[in-house]
Parts: sequence; C-alpha cells; structure tokens
Amino acid sequence: MVERYVMSIDQGTTSTRCILFDHGGRLVSVAQREHQQFFPRPGWVEHDAVEIWRNLQRIVPEALSNAGIEASQISAIGIANQRETTVLWDPRTGIPLVRAIVWQDTRTAPLVDELRSDPGDDFFLDRCRLPPSTYFSAPRIRWLFDNVDGLERRARDGEVLFGTIESWLIWNLTGGPDGGLHITDATNASRTMLMDIRTLTWDAELMAFFGVPRAMLPEIRSSAENYGEASALLPGVRITAALGDQQAALFGQTCFSPGEAKCTYGTGSFLVMNTGTDVVRSEHGLLTTVAYKIGDQPTIYALEGPIAVTGSLVQWFRDRLGLIHSAPEIETLARTVEDNGGCYIVPAFSGLFAPHWRSDARGVIVGLTSYITKGHLARAVLEATGWQTREVVDAMNADSALALKQLKVDGGMTSDHLLMQILADVLDVPVVRPLVAETVSLGAAYAAGLAAGYWPDLQVLRRNWHRAAQWLPDMDAERREWEYECWKRAVERSLGWIQPPKRS
Amino acid sequence: MAGPVQSIERAAAILRLLAGGSRRLGLGEVASSLGLAKGTAHGILRTLQHVDFVEQDPATGKYQLGAALLHLGTSYLDVNELRSRSINWADALAGRSGEAVRLGTPLEGKVLVIHHVFRPDDTLQTLDVGALLPLHASSLGKVLMAFGATPVEPLLEEEPEGYTRHTLVHPSELNRALAEIRDLGWGAEVQEMSMGEAGIAAPIRGQGGLVVGAIGVSGAVERICDSKGRPLPALITVLREAARAISRDLGAARW
Repeated sequence: MVERYVMSIDQGTTSTRCILFDHGGRLVSVAQREHQQFFPRPGWVEHDAVEIWRNLQRIVPEALSNAGIEASQISAIGIANQRETTVLWDPRTGIPLVRAIVWQDTRTAPLVDELRSDPGDDFFLDRCRLPPSTYFSAPRIRWLFDNVDGLERRARDGEVLFGTIESWLIWNLTGGPDGGLHITDATNASRTMLMDIRTLTWDAELMAFFGVPRAMLPEIRSSAENYGEASALLPGVRITAALGDQQAALFGQTCFSPGEAKCTYGTGSFLVMNTGTDVVRSEHGLLTTVAYKIGDQPTIYALEGPIAVTGSLVQWFRDRLGLIHSAPEIETLARTVEDNGGCYIVPAFSGLFAPHWRSDARGVIVGLTSYITKGHLARAVLEATGWQTREVVDAMNADSALALKQLKVDGGMTSDHLLMQILADVLDVPVVRPLVAETVSLGAAYAAGLAAGYWPDLQVLRRNWHRAAQWLPDMDAERREWEYECWKRAVERSLGWIQPPKRS
Repeated sequence: MAGPVQSIERAAAILRLLAGGSRRLGLGEVASSLGLAKGTAHGILRTLQHVDFVEQDPATGKYQLGAALLHLGTSYLDVNELRSRSINWADALAGRSGEAVRLGTPLEGKVLVIHHVFRPDDTLQTLDVGALLPLHASSLGKVLMAFGATPVEPLLEEEPEGYTRHTLVHPSELNRALAEIRDLGWGAEVQEMSMGEAGIAAPIRGQGGLVVGAIGVSGAVERICDSKGRPLPALITVLREAARAISRDLGAARW
C-alpha cells in the first residue's frame, strides 16, 4: 500500500516551512526559506507577500522531492501562519497594493492611543475581547486608508481584498484571480479587532467604526474542514485546516483540555492556555482568543500572553549588530561568562505586549559598566526571554487560580540548552519539550489530518505526544527573587520613552 | 600520475596574497597581482568565500582572509549550531527507533554529549547534555575516531580503561574495530561501557565531507541487538537515514 502523508505549511515571521508528516506524527521531510524583513523606518516592519508566495512555490516541490514523495500521496494540507500581519491585494491582478504590515509594526501607535481614550478600551473589549493595540489588524487597515491615496475608495468599490497571510496563501493556492477562495479561520479572524468572539462573525459596529467594508473581508470558516482543493502547486489536494501559528502550536502540543498550556519560542514567545468553551476575561494583562474550532464542534477558547521580542532579539544581535554569525551562537557566546554581569536587556522593540501593554516603551540595556563584555550581553539576551516568560506565567497563574506545574515548550529556541535551563530556573518549575519541536507545523497537520480523516480523533493525537527532554530548576530562591527585582526595575526604565509630538 | 590541481594552486596563491598585506583587496587587484583573468579570480574567490576562507566586506566589496582560516585547527562548526540543525532529525530518529538519541562531538580526548533526546516512552530520564563519554567504549566515540574527527593515538598512549569485560582496550582490537566501522559506515558498542546497555552510531558530515560529529541510538542491549548481540538492521537503517539527512542539511544550507 502506498504511504500517505499530511503536508503542513508554517508561514512564520521570518521564514516559511513546508513539512510532511506521517501517521505517527513524525517528520518525514522539511523545506524552508527565509524572506526579507523590511524596516523602512524605526518601528515599521514589512514583508513582501509576493516573495512569501514565491517561496512557498519553491519549498513545496522541494519538500516532496527531499522525501521522494508524489503530490498524489498527500492526503491534506494544513496552514499555520504568522497572525495579524495585514495584506491588502487587488483580486483582479493578484498583486498586493502595499507591502504587508507585520504584527510587530508600531506605526498605528498614535491611532491606538486615541482609541484607548475615545471610545475607550471597553468598547472594543465588549465586542471582540481585544484591547486597542498596535498588534492587531484593524488599526492597520485604518492607517492604510488614511495614508494611501484612493485606497479607501477602491475598497468600498470592491477592488481590494484584506487577509492575514493564510487568506493570502489559500486564495493563491485555489486559483488567485481565477476563482481563488477568500476565506479565513476563526483563530485568525479573532486577531483582527473586527470579529465578535462569541458568534464568530464580523461585527457590524466594529466594521463601521474602522470604516472597513464587509466586501473586503474574507469569509470566516472553522479551523478544520474541507475548504476546497488546491489548483496551483498541488492540484487536487484538499486544503483542510488553517490556524494562527500559536493556536496551531497549542494543538500540536495536544493541549485539548481546559488548563493545558504551552509556550512557543520563536521570533516572539506566546504562552497560551486552553480555557475550554469558556470565554475567560483576563484581569492580569492576558488576551482572550479563539484556540480552535474543529468543524462544527463547539468553539474552544484560550488565554494568551504574547511576548513580542524573544528570538528576534537574537536575530538583531546577529543581523543588525553582527556580534554572532548564526543564531545558535548566542548560546556559545553566553556561555563564555558565568552570569549577566549586572546588565539587563528589555527588548521593548515593539513596545511591551503582555502583561504590560505599553506602546510607549522601547528597548533598553541597563546596568552597563566597563566590566560588561559581549558575553554578558548575550547572557542578558537569553535572560530577557526567561524573565518575560516569568511575567506572563505569573499573570496566567493569577488569572486561572491554578499554578502551572510544568511548562510545555516548543519552537526553534528550544534547541538552546542554556535558555531552557534559564527558563526552568526563573520559573522554578520543570520545563518540558515534546518529541516534535516543530509543534506549529504538527498542529496544522493534525487539524488538517483530522478534517480529512487521516487521523480519527484527538485521543490518537494525544498518544503521539512524548517527552523528549526536561530541564529542572537549579537556581537559589534568594538569587531568583533578587534577579527578578532587577528585571522589574529594568522594565520600568523602558517605559514612557515614546512621547507624543509637541503640538504648537 | 596527474599534476597538481591548478585551481587549488591558484587558491593557495590568493590566500597567500591576502595574508601578505594588511589591507583588503578588490577583485581587480587580486586578479592583476596574480596575472589571472578577472572571471577566473572571481570564481575562486567565491568558492573560498563559500568555505569561509575568505570574507568579503559588504560595504566595499573587497576581500580579506576569513575567520575560519585562523581557527583551522579547532572545530569549525559551533556545537550549538550543530544541535540546532540536527534537532528535527534527532527527534524523528527517537520517534522511529523508540530509543534515546544522543549527538556527540570530540572534546579533549572524550566525547561531549551536545544533544540528548529522551527515549520516547515518557519514563523518568535525566538530560545529560554536557556529559563526557569515553571515546573507546562508546559508539559515538568509536565513530568519531574511525572517521578522523579525533585522533586515536593519544587514547592508546594511556591505557584505555576497561569498563566491562567487553571493553576494547588493546590497540590491535581497537584499530580493527575502527577499520570495520569505516567499511560499514556505522559503529556499535555492545555492553562495552556498562553491562546490559548497547548503542550504535553514525557519522555526521559537514561541508566537504568532513565528519563534524556523530549521532547515536542507545538503550537496553535486548532492544538494540538480536539474540546474538548484533545490532538490529532496522535500527541501523533509521540511524543512517537520520545521519544522512543532517549531513545533507549541513552541506546544503548556510546560515
């Protein structure tokens, strides 16, 4: 019998990955390509959506040929994507009208500040459960309407489509200008600030408020169902899942029950806890979001603590400062010293997300003396991820009244042995990694496979989860408290940096 | 018998030229100094750049000696980078074999465990990244020695420790074992480090085919080997597939 596989596409912030999985949930083939990060101005971050689509067109055949597999052996395609990144394109030509504005971009901060005072956070929280933030898509659409001539008019005339990246890819995969499907899934839609989180429909008041015409928005579908067949690239293969990448990771970590949580370590880090069918409101700076919706089963929700800058701090060290040649070398450099030497880095490059939500914050390095070497800075880079995690875990514990007993981790940075130990030390709980670190891809594959009947149910998927490594806390309690205090003081120094321009 | 390879002679001349002065040189300067056509010089410089023997300044486009040349004697592949590149395949190997997986590189006459994946049965295990294993009594160590990643002589100068009655301690039996590993492409250790345990390992090759590390699977001898103490062919197959996949990634891609 010919072996069949599920294909997952993980379209992330810095690269796109195509991974093939077998029935055992084991990785059979990987192909990956990075795409350019554009930083046209401080605080601005953009991607070229066409470059991303072209990369996908290259890596899909590469993944197949690496493993000697034919397209006909693919049972289903599942897509996981970087969330909130906003793409606007012309449906007649398939060409984006502007560069995609990435989730880390902060150009909408002045608009967001206005929204927070008028109409105020509650107007938005009541409808979509998201507070105004530069993080989400709708303020970006508004910004583009306000700053690109003629765009709003064209949108009203039905000449513009909006999507997050999964919508863009699915549209292209199913024919683009020639019958492409314009859809999104509930998890991605829940990050736009335009969707009613209980009904999973576009909210009329929010659309009116932001001036976004219904015609430009994709149809909201569940996260796992037969959307349709690809016509480009893999003709005839069904696309059966789409999930925001953090929700895909939650799914890949088999966190199917309320209380189960994971933290993914990539460009940013995202602590997500399944809250079942309850829409839980956080009192401690976490977000309420859709975890997943499988077909017509009840919607499952989650609490999420997003941290904007963790892995991207390492990339900054590599690409912008040139202090290391490759990302894993951060561990080598950090190990040349015993500790941080008294210096701390708060990477508030996009302001601070959870739990502080301060768009006026910017990155700081504090505690510098002539003693500090690049080794200490490398150490501080890793510790920044540790302490930011501690802050969201504390918030999650406070919201759920149940202390996390261990942290399930995944994502690229879990290959950093020193970082994982630092995490265990600052959290004072075991840190556990599953056998497949690429849980974002695995989650997309699981959802797609479930919808396509490649896997029968969630129990089978749970049985695939195995512990691959575990780090145990090994830090003196007093030292942990002292370091945490220093971290908190460092965070204070990052606040209030961005001032509104003086009005004359 | 064939004469010297001309492009390598020219590459050596370019390296000597760059080493001779303190300032960076542009393509035209390199070509005219050595009497080469620009196209020829450019091809050689690009390959030298690809193997990190030459660096090009992004701003001016001028060339100088690469950092790797200065550290030729030491391992040129950072161990954390090796772990990062291997992790997906090491996980898949643990999944397929059902056994613990380790990656090792040579360090000061021993094997440094740079990565460890638990046996995927969710039993209590301890991560031993950073542990040092004996070269002669571990499958990882034997593979590293067999393929020249670390010299055998220093080990033989001291009397190698006998951990069990199966441990290879005599130079002749050790050298025979290493020769066999070179023939087969993989190596084993059967109750040579501790009774009841066995392991098999295969080499990981980097750019140019140089062995930069080893990957191995280990566990209870009755699961790794058949009743005659020979490692199971199915395990050897998945092990070698993993080693090949990692090697392909190391040779194909660059950070």
